[in-house]
Amino acid sequence: MSDTGIGARVKRKEDKRFITGKGRYTDDVRVDNQAYAAFVRSPHAHARVNGIDTSAAEGMEGVIAVLNGNQLTGDGIGNLICGWAVSSKDGSPMNMGPWSALATDRVRFVGDAVAVVIAESQALARIAAEAVEVDYEELPAVVQADKALADGAPQVHDNAPGNLIYDWEIGDAAATDAALEGAHHITEMKVVNQRLSPNPMEPRSAVAIFDTAEDHYTLYTTSQNPHLARLVLSAFYNVAPEHKLRVIAPDVGGGFGAKIYIYPEEITCLWASMKTGRSVKWTGDRAESFMTDMHGRDHITTARMGFDADGKITGFKVDTIANFGAYMSLFSSAVPTYLYATLLSGQYDIANIHCNVRAVYTNTVPVDAYRGAGRPEACFLIERMMETAAREMGTDPGELRRKNFIDTFPHETPVIMTYDAGDFSGNLDKAKAAADVAGFAQRRAEAESRGKLRGLGYSCYIEACGIAPSAAVGSLGAGVGLWESAEVRVNPVGTIEVLTGSHSHGQGHETTFAQIVAERFSQPIENVSIVHGDTDKVQFGMGTYGSRSGAVGMSAIVKAMDKVEAKVKKIAAHTLEASEDDIVIEGGVVKVAGTDREMGWHEVGLAAYTGHNLPDGMEPGLKEGAFYDPVNFTFPAGCYIAEVEIDPDTGDCKVVQFTAADDFGTIINPMIVEGQVHGGVAQGIGQAMLERVVYDDDGQLITGSYMDYQMPRAEDVPFLTIEHNTTVCPNNPLGIKGCGEAGAIGAPPAVINAITDAIGDNDIQMPATAQKIWRALKGRQTAMAAE
Amino acid sequence: MYDFDFVTPASLAEAAAALEDPEAMALGGGQTLIPTLRARLAMPSKLVSLAGLAEIRGICEDDDGRLCIGGATTHGAIARDAAERFSGLAGLAQRIGDPAVRNRGTLGGSVANNDPAACYPAAILATGATVVTHRREIAAGDFFQGMFTTALDEGEIVTEVRFPVPRRSAYQKFEQPASRFALVGVFVAEMADGAVGVGVTGAAEEGGFRWEAAEAALAARFDPAALEGLSHPAEGLISDIHGDAAYRAHLIGVMTRRAVAAAA
Repeated sequence: MSDTGIGARVKRKEDKRFITGKGRYTDDVRVDNQAYAAFVRSPHAHARVNGIDTSAAEGMEGVIAVLNGNQLTGDGIGNLICGWAVSSKDGSPMNMGPWSALATDRVRFVGDAVAVVIAESQALARIAAEAVEVDYEELPAVVQADKALADGAPQVHDNAPGNLIYDWEIGDAAATDAALEGAHHITEMKVVNQRLSPNPMEPRSAVAIFDTAEDHYTLYTTSQNPHLARLVLSAFYNVAPEHKLRVIAPDVGGGFGAKIYIYPEEITCLWASMKTGRSVKWTGDRAESFMTDMHGRDHITTARMGFDADGKITGFKVDTIANFGAYMSLFSSAVPTYLYATLLSGQYDIANIHCNVRAVYTNTVPVDAYRGAGRPEACFLIERMMETAAREMGTDPGELRRKNFIDTFPHETPVIMTYDAGDFSGNLDKAKAAADVAGFAQRRAEAESRGKLRGLGYSCYIEACGIAPSAAVGSLGAGVGLWESAEVRVNPVGTIEVLTGSHSHGQGHETTFAQIVAERFSQPIENVSIVHGDTDKVQFGMGTYGSRSGAVGMSAIVKAMDKVEAKVKKIAAHTLEASEDDIVIEGGVVKVAGTDREMGWHEVGLAAYTGHNLPDGMEPGLKEGAFYDPVNFTFPAGCYIAEVEIDPDTGDCKVVQFTAADDFGTIINPMIVEGQVHGGVAQGIGQAMLERVVYDDDGQLITGSYMDYQMPRAEDVPFLTIEHNTTVCPNNPLGIKGCGEAGAIGAPPAVINAITDAIGDNDIQMPATAQKIWRALKGRQTAMAAE
Repeated sequence: MYDFDFVTPASLAEAAAALEDPEAMALGGGQTLIPTLRARLAMPSKLVSLAGLAEIRGICEDDDGRLCIGGATTHGAIARDAAERFSGLAGLAQRIGDPAVRNRGTLGGSVANNDPAACYPAAILATGATVVTHRREIAAGDFFQGMFTTALDEGEIVTEVRFPVPRRSAYQKFEQPASRFALVGVFVAEMADGAVGVGVTGAAEEGGFRWEAAEAALAARFDPAALEGLSHPAEGLISDIHGDAAYRAHLIGVMTRRAVAAAA
């Protein structure tokens, strides 16, 4: 291993600009002729819009235009769409309700935009937006998913009777029922996976620039996937044809999924830029982030798991209601189906699984993929079931899991996944050793002597990453292919630029991607730069989400490097008068193996670009591109063990020990991978104990600021023990599985299992607040007193 | 944030004069008012900054041995400079917000705002402190008049709070997890004459209050055991997403016992 190659803890190349305040984010973009947008948003969760009076706002000094939804649709701007078609089990298509970037006749959640003010400054735009008078006729609202399905519930969309978007299933219902029928033991649970707000540090922002001379648009925006944004803006929203639209996602301060989607604000800024002939900037404030960024999770699930007399799982039956909010967001349909139900086998060999999912509309912010997207919901359910079953059957929770682990690969689950590699028992062993599970009883006794209740919980997670084989997802309804592209350019002086369709918004691609290139071509890492985030520079790409940039994005780079290497060897063989097969790249040079005949790497580059002496028929230049389409998902998996201590007087709970044993496949930069685990586990602890979006019954957002929405802070997260138990992914060239979401997927059940272990009461839903824990303890005391 | 004029008076008299304007608002450390302005929830035409007024900043002792803390004194300064003479109050100040908040936020600003979850009202009520303005002196019991409401008139500036220093005291706070304000905070003070004050904040819809039943029990015997069997009723307490009235009532008991145990 070189000191900058695969496996090296290379410090992040991008951090100099980030930690010195030199990052360039969308809101830092200043252009000539710039105007500012402010949105007029609904204060009601559900209302008819009977009229919009913009006259007062239009008359204010500095106001350029006040635009509404009728003008927008009149100009042919299309409705926002969900790009993944999921049909109900009866074959009927999903009921997608209309979503205009600016609402015309009805608003469906608090924050739904009805008009936009374009003004000379942000302050003027906001003041004018407050002067727009909207005549709302309030309608009854529905907030909770199960209530949305009830008879007589307010109807969010006319074309979705009963608020039902789809009623979908996977697996064999009859076989699963039969398996449960004959089970020796059945564990039954109701699990709520609460709604979360993603909270990237940088709020969403857009700068739209319309070039009147060229009829060309440029959009700077906070996107995880600028090419997808351009595609959707062009093909579905009719903003401009792709060759007349450039999308740039410069430095982006975190995404967590929320910046995958193309929002009403970006569409409106582009259209308003054309409409006014001005560049239009909008940057959301934190209140707008809470009110309009797509939320995550929000499932209500009941499940039954059957076991035989030996503790082997015989069947798993799941019924889930997924809250989609007011509109179907871009990938919303896939989250509780192909990213959730397909993972319900967990790490276990289960012959019979059936899952039914009903997706429903409510008068809340739309819900889509948030770090983990479907997989945290699946993992939480399975791992709570396993822990609960072990307690009910009086067996060790780790060993019950081990008894059911899949141990031969490939393994096909009854929910259409084929796991390719893993070592689940090894993960468990490594985690148990690192967590000193053997010493837990002593730690618990010591905690008790201090008046604290200590508990330990496991979670053995698996996820499907490396999203995804294009033909496979296409057959499941995806509107796009999920390959990735890359281009490797060797310059005449030998420096290397890699253009990637992946997008880095905190993941450290500029370092990790450079490491594989530096190693492959034996070049200093500072001579490699990674270019991303601009549709004019990078030909195409599908962006970054679902832990795909390593497994898919870097695989595309490897393919392009294969082509570059082949050409380099041809040029060197020609120049050095040797056979291509004898050419090796090592020690910074290109040489004939075992001899002192060599060319400097830069000499090969120069030869390629001068074209003075190339093999017959070879084109000059040294630049190759590749598209990589994965052949399967990848399957990161691991075992997490959490220990908590609870103050029984108040219910206050602290995670005091946390051990992660992950199998991410090949690791390029362990430091960056550990950082991903740190962040993921922090968000997982956040979901387990702290975070939740709360609406009141009228659909007003209660958790609209950090005064009420609790993000995890440093003191909420203990120092983590991180172990790796690597099995190489057999299906991509580097053997990578992915690491970006594991922490957020694996941590919540480990923490809740530890809390319920500590208090001896299994009935706790997330977030496990101090009040809930105290109440459970109090209930238990009351029950014990009564006995 | 809307436009406003910003005034930096050189003296208390100038500040008072500037605040005669009914559209003007006093700005202490700005730890509540600035976020309120940013959220466009207040529209003063003029902000009068009190932060630079040396004459209402700092800590001294008066002839009665009371600790007199200027209204423009920051929480950070109180945490540091009151530690020796009044450790209970210093401990309270040390746990307000984070370092940035403590180095900007002021005693006077907090007291005048009377957030029902602010920490100081518990100490002021428990010790029977006096709130001093540029016009008059107001006894603790008269000063706090319900959530975000005080005895202050328009334009009246809190110049000082005079704390009788207890024999021993301590503050215990159970934090609202998101804001880290007090979900329930209890200040317990055993005064020089043996009387005991128990000030509670965060818990009640009407803001800070004294728990008199606990005071009586503790005056008889200053020991956590004296509170055995005593619980605060849930009536009148706040129920919100962070804790219902029953939980807050329970926490009042726990925090009071812990404050007694911690009192030094």
